[in-house]
Amino acid sequence: MADKVLTANRLSDGISVWLDAAGNWNESLQAAFVARHKEAVDALEATGKQAFADNKVVDVNVVDVEEVDGVLRPLRMRERIRAAGPTIAYAAGYAGLTATAVPAA
Amino acid sequence: MYRYDEFDHAFVSSRVEQFRDQVGRRLSGELAEDAFKPLRLMNGVYLQLHAYMLRVAIPYGTLNARQMRMLAYIARKYDRGYGHFTTRQNIQYNWPKLSELPDALADLATVEMHALQTSGNCIRNVTADHFAGAAADEVADPRPYAEILRQWSSVHPEFSFLPRKFKIAVTGAERDRAAIQVHDIGLHLKKNDNGEIGFAVYVGGGQGRTPMVAKKIRDFLPEEDLLSYTTAIMRVYNLHGRRDNKYKARIKILVHETGAEELARQVEVEFAELRNTELKLPEKDIAAITAYFAPPALAARAEGWASLAQWKKADADFARWVQHNVHPHKHPDYASVTISLKPIGGIPGDATDAQMEAVADIAEEYAFDEIRVSHEQNLILPHVALADLEPIYRGLVAAGLETANAGLITDIIACPGLDYCALANARSIPVAQEISTRFGSPERQAEIGELKIKISGCINACGHHHVGHIGLLGVEKKGEELYQITLGGSGDENTSIGEIIGRGFEPEKVTDAIEVIVDTYLGLRLDPSETFLTAYRRVGPQPFKDALYGDKTAAAA
Repeated sequence: MADKVLTANRLSDGISVWLDAAGNWNESLQAAFVARHKEAVDALEATGKQAFADNKVVDVNVVDVEEVDGVLRPLRMRERIRAAGPTIAYAAGYAGLTATAVPAA
Repeated sequence: MYRYDEFDHAFVSSRVEQFRDQVGRRLSGELAEDAFKPLRLMNGVYLQLHAYMLRVAIPYGTLNARQMRMLAYIARKYDRGYGHFTTRQNIQYNWPKLSELPDALADLATVEMHALQTSGNCIRNVTADHFAGAAADEVADPRPYAEILRQWSSVHPEFSFLPRKFKIAVTGAERDRAAIQVHDIGLHLKKNDNGEIGFAVYVGGGQGRTPMVAKKIRDFLPEEDLLSYTTAIMRVYNLHGRRDNKYKARIKILVHETGAEELARQVEVEFAELRNTELKLPEKDIAAITAYFAPPALAARAEGWASLAQWKKADADFARWVQHNVHPHKHPDYASVTISLKPIGGIPGDATDAQMEAVADIAEEYAFDEIRVSHEQNLILPHVALADLEPIYRGLVAAGLETANAGLITDIIACPGLDYCALANARSIPVAQEISTRFGSPERQAEIGELKIKISGCINACGHHHVGHIGLLGVEKKGEELYQITLGGSGDENTSIGEIIGRGFEPEKVTDAIEVIVDTYLGLRLDPSETFLTAYRRVGPQPFKDALYGDKTAAAA
């Protein structure tokens, strides 16, 4: 089973967030709590459903990640881009994510 | 241009307050997401990968300087200092906060703008030729009819919950710059032998996963019957359009499954019931709306001819810009200017707040306060004296908006793709940037001539890849991006859907593949006047397949 994290978009501003070990929604994937077995994944899913029902977040999903040299990296590019931002220098002050974050495993 | 009357003002303001209440109840938890989602979509608010997205309607792509300045203000105050102009002549903001959106919509309402019907299964923003009212080849300005359709379709109770979204485009010239044949309804404004105004009516065009070229179901519809006939089409669609399968719900599928002839017959039956009802457009109403679109008083400015010749001689960059970005106007002393939003290596369709303000300033000073958004993701100044082209160019240079590439290989349409879009499977923008950079030299672009590349990051085809002379469709294969190439598409009066040329290309190989295609074209064209599309239609796909894949039979990816 791939390692998994719980992600969503915050209701108030839509920003991508990940559930951390303290049960908070954090803007950094690297702070995410990693579920490594079925019980932990079940707990993530239950937490996600509750947070959605509590109107804290929307578009809640459990996504696959891997840990490389202590850095969490989603397996799908979609999730890598969600985590790191657009891959382009899209506006003044926003350079986009670094190329190293994008290539697939 | 059209100005809101009291009803419009009251209506838009009430909708803003309604949405403010809905957002408040959503944030307090009173409204659940399932209940709120359709409400936010009706107000142009999507949830994308990184944040909410607000799509603001720009009816038939027409706006004035004050409105453009407000778009800049929205970008600065509620977003990250930029906006993205779209293929529906709208603008999208990628980072607004839900909690602030009611304020943004209230600000937009002060300049007679809104985001209604920019999403959902309703009649979307009606688009038109971006040179409307100015083009030398125009029979009549299509925008009064687009405005009539806008008013009729806004919160139309019968057509607010259609089987699927519905897009209408209107052109007033033989040269179709509005891609009407890939719309649910395409209207071609024309005159009959008696000099009367009417429309050729096309129905059932569209892109997406099942691209179809629209079928003409009426050669000439009198203008007074515009709403009754359109209503008849909508009724047939609303009744028989498929609601069981989202992917088969567009009217193009109904037309395909029913047959254009039978569909036209059904429409005529409805039309017979409707044509002499309150939907019949009185001449005075058409005249009243048309008056809003009266062209500016264009004084003779014949001195521009001599000045232009001198300026071109003195500045090769200016001359190149005039060659590619300046379009003939009805008035010989005037022109329409395309302000390219496709800087070499840049993001197609993006403009910063400062650039929007610069365009607003130029429009106010030199262009009769009129700006257009083209479906090719550029901005247009429709009425400009030749005598003012040089100062306009200098203003554009100062704003970084002087790219001389309208209609050339770097004038690429690209959807937001996987960099923003929750539906996308692959990125579009970086691919466009790399192609633009590769072919960016003015000499290379001029050598290649007219060539339209269009890129979509998923099969929904927001980047219009099906009608690109070269189309690129990003797909996800085994977790990786792959780009399928189509050739020979076109979204003009001779619309065609591009053909898949063979297996797809990895991101790092796609620009090389484009270069092979371009070099193949350059090698086989009869002479420089034979465009890529003309050459492709003459020789077909085989030379390009051979060049791309060698002797191996190309298999579709």
